[in-house]
Amino acid sequence: EAEVEPRQLLVYFLREQLGLTGTVVGCDTSSCGACTVLLDGESVKACTVLAVQADGAEVTTIEGLASNGALHPVQQAFHEQHALQCGFCTPGMVLATVGLLAESPSPSDDEIRLALEGNLCRCTGYQNIVKAVKAAAA
Amino acid sequence: MAATETAPGSYIGSSVPRKEDEKLLTGQSRFVDDLTLPGMVWASVVRSPYAHARITKVDVSKAREADGVVAAFSGADLAEDWAATLPCVWLVTEDTKQPMHRPLATDKARYQGDGVAVVLAESRALAKDAAELVEVEYEPLPAVIDPEEALADGAPLVHEEFGTNESFTWKLEAGGVDEIFANAPVTVKERFRQQRLIPNAIEPRGVLAQYLPAQDEYTLWSATQIPHILRFWLAIVIGVPEARLRVVAPDVGGGFGSKLNVYAEEALALVLARRLGRPVKWTEERSEGYLATIHGRDHWQEMEFAADEDGKIKAVRAKATVGLGAYLQLVTAGTPILGGWVYGGPYDVEGYSLEVVGAFTTATPTDAYRGAGRPEATYLIERTMDALARKLDLDPAELRRRNFITEFPKTLASGLEIDSGDFAGALDRALELVDYDAVRAEQAERRAKGDTKELGIGLSTYTEMCGLAPSRILGAILYAAGGWDAATIRCLPTGSVQVFIGTSPHGQGHVTTFSQIVADRLGVPIDQVEVVHGDTSAMQLGLDTYGSRSLAVGGIALYNAAEKVIAKAKTIVAHKLEVAEDDLGYENGSFTVAGTDKSMNVQEAALHAFTAHDLPDGMEPGLEATFVYDPPNFSWPGGAHVAVVEIDTETGEVELRRYVAVDEIGNVINPTIVDGQIHGGVTQGIAQALWEEAVYDDDGNLVTASMLEYLVPSAAETIDYELDRVVAPSPTNPLGVKGVGETGTIASTPAVMNAIVDALAPFGVRDVDMPAKPERVWRAIQRGGAS
Repeated sequence: EAEVEPRQLLVYFLREQLGLTGTVVGCDTSSCGACTVLLDGESVKACTVLAVQADGAEVTTIEGLASNGALHPVQQAFHEQHALQCGFCTPGMVLATVGLLAESPSPSDDEIRLALEGNLCRCTGYQNIVKAVKAAAA
Repeated sequence: MAATETAPGSYIGSSVPRKEDEKLLTGQSRFVDDLTLPGMVWASVVRSPYAHARITKVDVSKAREADGVVAAFSGADLAEDWAATLPCVWLVTEDTKQPMHRPLATDKARYQGDGVAVVLAESRALAKDAAELVEVEYEPLPAVIDPEEALADGAPLVHEEFGTNESFTWKLEAGGVDEIFANAPVTVKERFRQQRLIPNAIEPRGVLAQYLPAQDEYTLWSATQIPHILRFWLAIVIGVPEARLRVVAPDVGGGFGSKLNVYAEEALALVLARRLGRPVKWTEERSEGYLATIHGRDHWQEMEFAADEDGKIKAVRAKATVGLGAYLQLVTAGTPILGGWVYGGPYDVEGYSLEVVGAFTTATPTDAYRGAGRPEATYLIERTMDALARKLDLDPAELRRRNFITEFPKTLASGLEIDSGDFAGALDRALELVDYDAVRAEQAERRAKGDTKELGIGLSTYTEMCGLAPSRILGAILYAAGGWDAATIRCLPTGSVQVFIGTSPHGQGHVTTFSQIVADRLGVPIDQVEVVHGDTSAMQLGLDTYGSRSLAVGGIALYNAAEKVIAKAKTIVAHKLEVAEDDLGYENGSFTVAGTDKSMNVQEAALHAFTAHDLPDGMEPGLEATFVYDPPNFSWPGGAHVAVVEIDTETGEVELRRYVAVDEIGNVINPTIVDGQIHGGVTQGIAQALWEEAVYDDDGNLVTASMLEYLVPSAAETIDYELDRVVAPSPTNPLGVKGVGETGTIASTPAVMNAIVDALAPFGVRDVDMPAKPERVWRAIQRGGAS
């Protein structure tokens, strides 16, 4: 339970009121996807959702993905396939992938590339991200 | 996370999984904007909406009265806070014009986004709200964005005191160029545009500054590539003893040159923290960053070749007219010069002439963006190579073979020495991988049947100078600092090893790569090696990360520090085992005595060094070594990249079908990390060719003002690349390594553009401006050979 300003975006509520800084901000135009979280299991950009809109919903951030010290299979695949470098886009990329695989458990390369279109990475060139998504799906 | 199976002695050369990953994958990373301090206030910078305007009034009084506002300042209010201008480390000629650059402008705004006031408030949102209440009166002045226009008579002057917009003209000439041209049977001349680019590290810039008055002590956390360089420059800018300033680069989310600077907001945050006695945080918004963070490239380029009828190039004559933007940031003037010795590419030319003219414009300053000078040089020579191939009706691969440098070391006409390489081997392998003959056959077949989808094949063979850099050479070319780097290895008594490095990673994986070197050399399991970086109070020596230098310079410092540790351990072991040092063998951390079962390892020696109960007479306790390494030469990677594109000639749409990269980067410590560097670099270079461009209108407004207008490629635009390597280990360092971080960006842009022009050859097209958007390609097809 928390009181929020009506204009408060979900991403700033998570970061500045709850201290969940794993969800990061990479742009101001809903372009980069770095702030992607799961809202009732679906991936959303937390900069495009008002905190009040999440009232009563379940929000999963990167902090909540690993369980009992074990990485989620998508996190593990990103590690094994070297799908991250600086790691700033990574929480959003991982959660977008979790959202994708919930909808489409065995996506093709093209499906993966289209599904992740809203998540920008400047380091990896995406090649290993696509590999990681496939590995996580397998 | 799964421990690697690799053992000491075999880490180097293995794709050891990254030690950095787990925190980054689980939200335990700490970027600057994640940090909060007690009493912290937020800063918001008020920026000029005009590219060029006289500032006649700045009134912050309404902002000061707004909710939650702690303070607000104009540039004039802070005029006494500065001890020096924001720095430029490389004034490239004795008479380079460097304007005064204050963190907030007072007299004129000189680019859209130039800061004019700053507001501090209790929250991010309140600071931003109040910034809108600052009243600034401007008298708009005419803008000038194009560097050639800026140099023309009557152009608006960015800095009136100079009477010109020319900051410098830098020349390098060798080998009797004019005579070679006068007698050359064949010449070609080409002119190209290097558009402006916006680096777009996904983490925006950010700073957090703290001042403790009782200790007169400053700490700055910054999203920076260069904590050490920041420390000494900021100490100068704000006028405090360097020893009182600590700079920390925590987790940093990419840089690509955009965080290789001393920015206004870094200096501002420190003086504001001093004035308020409260910590000050500023986090850049992305669209704000499009204005306030450096841009890259912005050249007009010209190249002439003098050649013989067989295509042997005798001399190159190049000119670059560079848009510097409004001020000289840290490496603004030097960035084009960083490519100044490689405008001859990997080719054996006798005559070399380059002129670089830097022009002030009313735009965001340009500075080092991935590759910094070498992409520009490589683009110019590689595009011109294809022009010569067309003129002589030679296959572009054959033309390159006829011109490659084949013997090493090789002193270039420009004066520097390439240590090693295998350009021909790289090209052969790249052509084999792409199946060059088959692709050419498919191209011919399509043309024969009048297919509306043309195929194009583009080559780019390159070399570049990185691993910045030998300090003596830097001094000779007027760079204000050195090019060494440093590492400290501290063997702890309980067996683990702490490593302090002077380079500052922001995605490159130094923690893993550097652990591999230490674990192998000292025979320690890799998870017992801890790498510390990015904090000037933990590691005082260092010159940070840029110019593909971290492994080639910092990694060699680390290797040599390990050798010092081993040498001291050897003395201790010989003493303990009562043998002569010469009788000790050493492998993977273990000292042995031939013909006996006596042995001792480095970790045991470290414990003896710590207890100091029984050390050789006069030996200092402790097992620790620092090495400061000044490289004897630059690092010289090279290689051959091939792009295959398909162009819909009815729509102008370009589709990248294949991309092959064969690089010669010396020995490789971690192949997976290296491949990742190449993937990312290639993507940025392809993006320059196909998608990215910072566009200003005639009034100097940035039109591509956010991520909505500037296309940073996503997974949907990119493809999988095919990589391979040839190896010619560098003879100038004991690991035989070279730099790799920028090679992909350097090589890929001309490969793609050569492929596009190759595809459009039947239409007589010789050039398409970058980025080759469908409209431009379509118009080029309609224009055909007419320029």
